[in-house]
Amino acid sequence: MTYPENYKYTKEHEWVLVEGNTGTVGITDHAQQELGDIVYVDLPKVGATFDKGKSFGSVESVKAVSDIYSPVAGEVVAINDLLTQHPEKLNEDPHGAAWLIKLKLPSGGDLTELLSAEDYQKYIGE
Amino acid sequence: MIKKVSPHIVQNEPLIFERSSPGKRGYQLPELDVPNVDAEAALGRQNVRGEIEDFPEISEVEAIRHFTRLSTWNYAIDLGLYPLGSCTMKYNPRVNELVARIDGLAWAHPYQPEHLSQGCMEVIAALENALAVITGMDAVTLQPAAGAHGEFTGLLMIRALQEHRGNPRKKILVPDSAHGTNPATASMVGYAVENIESNDRGMVDMDRLSRHVTEDVAGLMITNPNTVGVFEQDIKRITGLLHEKGALVYMDGANMNALVGVARPSDFGIDVMHLNLHKTFSTPHGGGGPGSGAVAVRDILKPFLPGPRLKRESDRWTWDYDLPQSIGRVRSFYGNFGVLVRALAYIMAHGGDGLRRATLDALLNANYIRKKLEAHYEIAYQSPTMHECVFSDDRQARKGVRTGDIAKRLIDYGFHPYTVSFPLIVRGALMIEPTETESKRELDLFADAMISIAQEVEDNPELVLQAPHSTRTSRVDEVTAARKPILRWKSSVRSAQAAD
Repeated sequence: MTYPENYKYTKEHEWVLVEGNTGTVGITDHAQQELGDIVYVDLPKVGATFDKGKSFGSVESVKAVSDIYSPVAGEVVAINDLLTQHPEKLNEDPHGAAWLIKLKLPSGGDLTELLSAEDYQKYIGE
Repeated sequence: MIKKVSPHIVQNEPLIFERSSPGKRGYQLPELDVPNVDAEAALGRQNVRGEIEDFPEISEVEAIRHFTRLSTWNYAIDLGLYPLGSCTMKYNPRVNELVARIDGLAWAHPYQPEHLSQGCMEVIAALENALAVITGMDAVTLQPAAGAHGEFTGLLMIRALQEHRGNPRKKILVPDSAHGTNPATASMVGYAVENIESNDRGMVDMDRLSRHVTEDVAGLMITNPNTVGVFEQDIKRITGLLHEKGALVYMDGANMNALVGVARPSDFGIDVMHLNLHKTFSTPHGGGGPGSGAVAVRDILKPFLPGPRLKRESDRWTWDYDLPQSIGRVRSFYGNFGVLVRALAYIMAHGGDGLRRATLDALLNANYIRKKLEAHYEIAYQSPTMHECVFSDDRQARKGVRTGDIAKRLIDYGFHPYTVSFPLIVRGALMIEPTETESKRELDLFADAMISIAQEVEDNPELVLQAPHSTRTSRVDEVTAARKPILRWKSSVRSAQAAD
């Protein structure tokens, strides 16, 4: 699976796509592979706010429950309802249809310390 | 068609609900010899319970056979090695069961007066004392019902002490090699949790730790030996660092089977800890309880222990309720008393030398397994192994075989699987704890099975990926079970209605 060039990545295996003042957040293909079959996704409520690096939800697979950390600070403006009924989508299309949340970012958001697609793939050794 | 083609031991068994024949009765009642009363008229309609819908209707012998057959499916420590890492699945001597069943102990009632309960109170006092000696601590409470309950009790006391000093503080530090319940406990007690990453020796990283230790930290929860089976060699420096900043150190004693009679946690600076009496001290673990998470504390925490406390008054025991700083009761009555009796019997039968020897044998067995398997599986950390060893499935993963597959294949060899995919800091973990009760012969059988599976992974990975082959059901669909759980049985009639 390709890692889109216009996404930014974290060492905790999340990605964020910033468009205007909206950031779409998901987990990486590498993360879903490591987790295995995902059975449940716990997402925050619309309106909740998170600081950069804070846990905003969790992903449960048959092996483990893992926290997901927000790559940027912001207020939740949408969550992906698809995942409540179909957590398996996260295994199938982690960089696309199975995004997790959309955040409203304070003035473009702080993208420092985030990795480019190339650097992230180096980091995970692909 | 012939329905019975194999002995019961390998036959599958339907649910008892599916064995039901409507109207079938396994009893007969004598004729009514008193006037028949209409229950509804006498008691009121709301007080009359009707039939329980779909309750299985079968005869006595069918019920007996159903449950007896199911009982033959169990794997138990009485059948063989149970290498479930971190669980200390050791054999518990039958004599301790006998002692726990002595009439005066087994039938004691918690409300019977103190003067008739002196024997039970003596058992509690003697066990508190023995555990204080083993841990080097100053006082012990036997109330907590299990490990996580002990953690909760311990952290409540840390919080009470910090509040007493003027500030409850905000954080609890938890290394990533700690027991999985620790962060949840800290959170339950109202603390924020900060995770400390381990270093490449599988130990707490001193630099990272020192960056986290501030005046905001109420305490550290450490598991020693930790979940990778490694003794924290810097433990004295770790506890010193915390104490300098006025923080306390909690030790999760889940792995105490590696220390009893050899090292006392008080000597390396622990302030409060729990012991899983149902792991280390002779109560079968893994049966769903009851357990006991006895908590031992240093002097500074003694005023905060749960009440009531035992007190010696001239020649008898009495309960002291006058404990103004106590965190209060954490369990009805005095803990799971039967477990306490077993623990005391176990400790007294072994004596200090015996307990020490059991610990050394547990370490020897784990190291024996490590040496036998090291050539075939990747050991996660090179640090010395204590009571359990953790491998990763790195080598087998190259053939597409993961720890869960190897565990399923192990069932075909007649062993209970080891702990799978835990601790999380090891990729594809195989966590093996043989305990002291296994003979060299049993350990060799297990090691041979593991080596044989490693060979199968090389020669015929499909064989392992499809395992188990010798069980009634092979792989169950864990994914669908978790995504679309069916949590209770419904009759086919009602399932059909629900589907409409």
